[in-house]
Amino acid sequence: MLVTKPRRSDQFFRVIVTSGGMSSLLILGLILAFLAYRGFEVFRFEGFGLITSSDWSVVEDDNGSVVSQSYGLAAMLVGTVLSATIGVFIGIPIAVLSALFLEFYAGRKIRNFLIALIDLMAAFPSLLFGLWGFLVLMPSAEYWAKLLHKYLGWIPIFDVPARFFTRSPFIAGVVLAIMIIPICTSISREVFSQTPLDRIQAAYALGATRLAMIRAVVIPFGRGGVIGGAMLGLGRAMGETVAVYSVLNIVYQVNWQVLFGAGGNIASMILLKIGEADREETNALMAAGLVLFLLTLIINFIANFLVNRLGKTGR
Amino acid sequence: MSNLDQVKPGMPWLPTRQERSQKALSFLLSVLASVVLLFTTGLNGKLGWVIAFFISYVSISFITEYRRAGIPAAQDSLLTSISRFAIFLAIIPIVSILATVISKGWRGLHWGLFTQDMSQATVNDSIETGGMLAAILGTFIMVGLALIFTLPISILTALYLTEIKGKFAGLIRFLVQAMSGVPSIVAGLFILSSIVYPITQSFSGLMGALALSILMIPTVARTAEEVLLLIPNDLREAGLALGATQWRTVAMVVVPAVKSGLVTAIILGVARIIGETAPLILVTGGGDATNFNPVSGPMGSIPFYVWKAFLLGGSEESSYRTWAGILVLLVWVLILFMAARLISSRTRKR
Repeated sequence: MLVTKPRRSDQFFRVIVTSGGMSSLLILGLILAFLAYRGFEVFRFEGFGLITSSDWSVVEDDNGSVVSQSYGLAAMLVGTVLSATIGVFIGIPIAVLSALFLEFYAGRKIRNFLIALIDLMAAFPSLLFGLWGFLVLMPSAEYWAKLLHKYLGWIPIFDVPARFFTRSPFIAGVVLAIMIIPICTSISREVFSQTPLDRIQAAYALGATRLAMIRAVVIPFGRGGVIGGAMLGLGRAMGETVAVYSVLNIVYQVNWQVLFGAGGNIASMILLKIGEADREETNALMAAGLVLFLLTLIINFIANFLVNRLGKTGR
Repeated sequence: MSNLDQVKPGMPWLPTRQERSQKALSFLLSVLASVVLLFTTGLNGKLGWVIAFFISYVSISFITEYRRAGIPAAQDSLLTSISRFAIFLAIIPIVSILATVISKGWRGLHWGLFTQDMSQATVNDSIETGGMLAAILGTFIMVGLALIFTLPISILTALYLTEIKGKFAGLIRFLVQAMSGVPSIVAGLFILSSIVYPITQSFSGLMGALALSILMIPTVARTAEEVLLLIPNDLREAGLALGATQWRTVAMVVVPAVKSGLVTAIILGVARIIGETAPLILVTGGGDATNFNPVSGPMGSIPFYVWKAFLLGGSEESSYRTWAGILVLLVWVLILFMAARLISSRTRKR
């Protein structure tokens, strides 16, 4: 078989483009390597205590030299998962239903306008959400928190040890929900829009109502994609820094009671502590960053898998 | 023949007058019911009224549909009204955010904002002294530098995914996706641990630009990949058939064909990073004085300016400052967003 050898210019072009293409691998690898290198001593010192213990303290004597130190992330891990989960629980139903509305109910003009508005919201900086949440949302969310506590206070997670409702994980969760709604709406909408038209029309032709059509055709087809989109939203919500910092009262304790004003997440804790951290504590913060990075990486991996593999199944 | 002319085309799918009046009636009824709910239960406030209205609207439309056409139609109307309510809930925050920023921000606007910096003023001083010059300049410099770093890398990545389609294309596509999920604070920590602590040992605008590039690469690369995928293969084959090498085909045919798409990608990338706060707090030092030099000395930025005024302030003046800063930032985001939409809609028409 005659095989033409590529020209030298083409070989050169291929090498350059391939090496450029590998840069994302390089950057992610470097992030992993440097954070692990900085946090290595802390990992060796704390072991699994880094994840399971919830004591983060540096005790100094009068001369300013460190007497004892311990770095445990459990409280902040719980806070991260808790506020992100609340965000997903509130945000995803709204996002999926909005996507259904945009795809199957709205007229063309309204649809285009609303899509533009939601895309614009996706471009808002997180700082804006944080400040708005602090100023506008917090008073109203506090009222809702009190209402929830009044009627559902008998459920342990809605109970509070003291009547202090401001800056709670619940409010942070609401802000995170609002932040992930635009992304999740557009992902779900895209998934729904790929539903084969012949199946939709077949369902209508058999006399299905819109609800029956959506239940029989759209949901089975788009389930994987929607769950993947929700996971992407979860990843976003876990890594959020500024917005959580401005609405959450960062207290270093494990707090499962979502309405009580104490909590935190890893990212905002890093932001809080890095200004006045000494060398050792900075390394511990790098380790915390690594934990957060791995967490979001895993979630992204699952999300990616779901969107790609399960996206195109169904009846 | 004349009979046919007199037949009016019917439109049975349009709602009849009776149906329309029924809809209006159920709407009015639910407004009434929501007011009653508001007075009898613990709900109050605007949002409380919205919830009450939602509950009564859903139940009233459920009942009327049930009486008209039975259970399936009633269930269908349930989904209709819930999804309408969901999109309404999704739109409330954006309207509220825009209204808050504009109504609070305009009071802090004055010309000095664009000609003075904060080196002579603290955040609690009167709003006339000091401005955002250093912050705006710093954001421009850092975003510009980030663009220079990002552009070659992300376009090469997109070309690798669409033109070469090498063995690792699937992996790279996943990694780019994973990179877009990297929390912004991790990008800041990475620059701190890899460059600032071991090498430069000082904060500067360049470090901020590097951290921003990490966040910008995935956005630009993915958008560029999408527009490259839209180019029909015929164009590539035509180039090759004319005897051009692959490199000349890409450089002379493919890239010129997606020029406007690449501009859109760049704009979206800039919009992604222009409001990024956390990494800049970590690595730029956030200077108050105007600084043209990205390699030495702390450099301010609009998000940092807003953040500082928000954290350190407590007075009315500092709140004016915060919201004026946010308004300036939002105007930039809006401009970028409009530009991206304008360009992409214009190319779609062609």
